[in-house]
Amino acid sequence: MATALRPSIEDVWNWLSHVPDPEIPIISVTDLGIIRDVAWDREALVVTVTPTYSGCPATAVINQDIERALKEKGIENVRLERRLSPAWTTDWISAEGREKLGNYGIAAPIDGTTAESTLMERIAGLAGGAPLTVQCPRCNSGRTEKISQFGSTPCKASYRCRDCLEPFDYFKCI
Amino acid sequence: MAQTIAMEAAVDRAALFEFLLGMGDNTLVLGHRLSEWCGHAPALEEDIALANTALDLIGQTQLWLGLAGEVEGNGRNADELAFLRDAREFRNLLLAERPNGDYGRTLMRQFLFDAWHYLALKGLRASSDPRIAAIAEKTSKEVAYHLERSRDLVIRLGDGTAESHARMKKALDELWSYTGEMFVNEAHDAALAAAGLAPEPESLKPEWNTLVAETLCAATLGKPQDGYMHRGGKRGLHTEHLGYVLAEMQFLQRAYPGASW
Ligand SMILES: [Zn+2]
Repeated sequence: MATALRPSIEDVWNWLSHVPDPEIPIISVTDLGIIRDVAWDREALVVTVTPTYSGCPATAVINQDIERALKEKGIENVRLERRLSPAWTTDWISAEGREKLGNYGIAAPIDGTTAESTLMERIAGLAGGAPLTVQCPRCNSGRTEKISQFGSTPCKASYRCRDCLEPFDYFKCI
Repeated sequence: MAQTIAMEAAVDRAALFEFLLGMGDNTLVLGHRLSEWCGHAPALEEDIALANTALDLIGQTQLWLGLAGEVEGNGRNADELAFLRDAREFRNLLLAERPNGDYGRTLMRQFLFDAWHYLALKGLRASSDPRIAAIAEKTSKEVAYHLERSRDLVIRLGDGTAESHARMKKALDELWSYTGEMFVNEAHDAALAAAGLAPEPESLKPEWNTLVAETLCAATLGKPQDGYMHRGGKRGLHTEHLGYVLAEMQFLQRAYPGASW
């Protein structure tokens, strides 16, 4: 009987797709790919979330926002579970999320360019590999340069466009 | 028989607890050291980079010390382990507690640590304990960025101006005697390795040597000869510097137990 009143899992995913990331509110938690699972466990709705970065201060806020959004839809019994493995990767950012990032002025991650994948090759002395080309989200120029490995949040690096001279954030690949 | 098994499990648990404290204390103490630069770094970008690295390390501390508390089974959480232990109970490497010094010394310390950290985590991804493997999988991605950055800066400053070269050389000479401890097997390490929980510290040395030698060569600094090596951190025998770190870090929870906001 009670199950008949439960919202469908599909509805829950849809609601979650409207919960914004607190630091980059243009994209949602589902765009980011951090919601790994949604399921009912008896009376509780279990939402499994994976952190982006271990120390990301937004993690606690994201959890609160998810709980609040679901309570507003009438789900009182929400349980959030953390899943570390498989570890979050920027490959999980949706195509829609990437487009939103670009429109917002943040260059989307370029798949396959994690520090990890290039590190061992570089250490082996293969420094001759083509340097990463990040396109300017403002003028689309490929003539850009890295200012710093890190940016305004743990997930971003700072770049500058050598054509329009605008600084911008690059969502780095992990 | 049952008693023997229970005893063995208890011994393993104690060893595992020590090991997890080591991982969490390294990231906690070094993360705190890096946070001391916040607002003081030579350039805004560097300030942000150090603060973000510190943030990663503190986040990783929560994972390691959280698991340590779980393994210990006495109901202590990551915060209690971080804020309510004294120096003798800390298991971090002495390298992590070395004072920041100038910017060059901070970067050299970071590189020497990152190289070890990255290789240690790489080994831990194959841990027989899925909780350890999961933390290693997660954190090694972040540490790969730390290593990429610190390695790059060590090369640029080592192979930079006469002034930056001299400072990096001095930093390397000062810190080198604190690197040996990373590869010393303590009593519990063999048991952990036998159980497939963690690689033996000394097994990480060849790869670390190669990585560090290659970087220091590119930085025109050259790898120092191994001489006397300090040790003791992994057994709780620390330098006087750790006490000052803890005094600052723990003051609030000591003065106002259980305070939260
Ligand atoms: Zn541009």
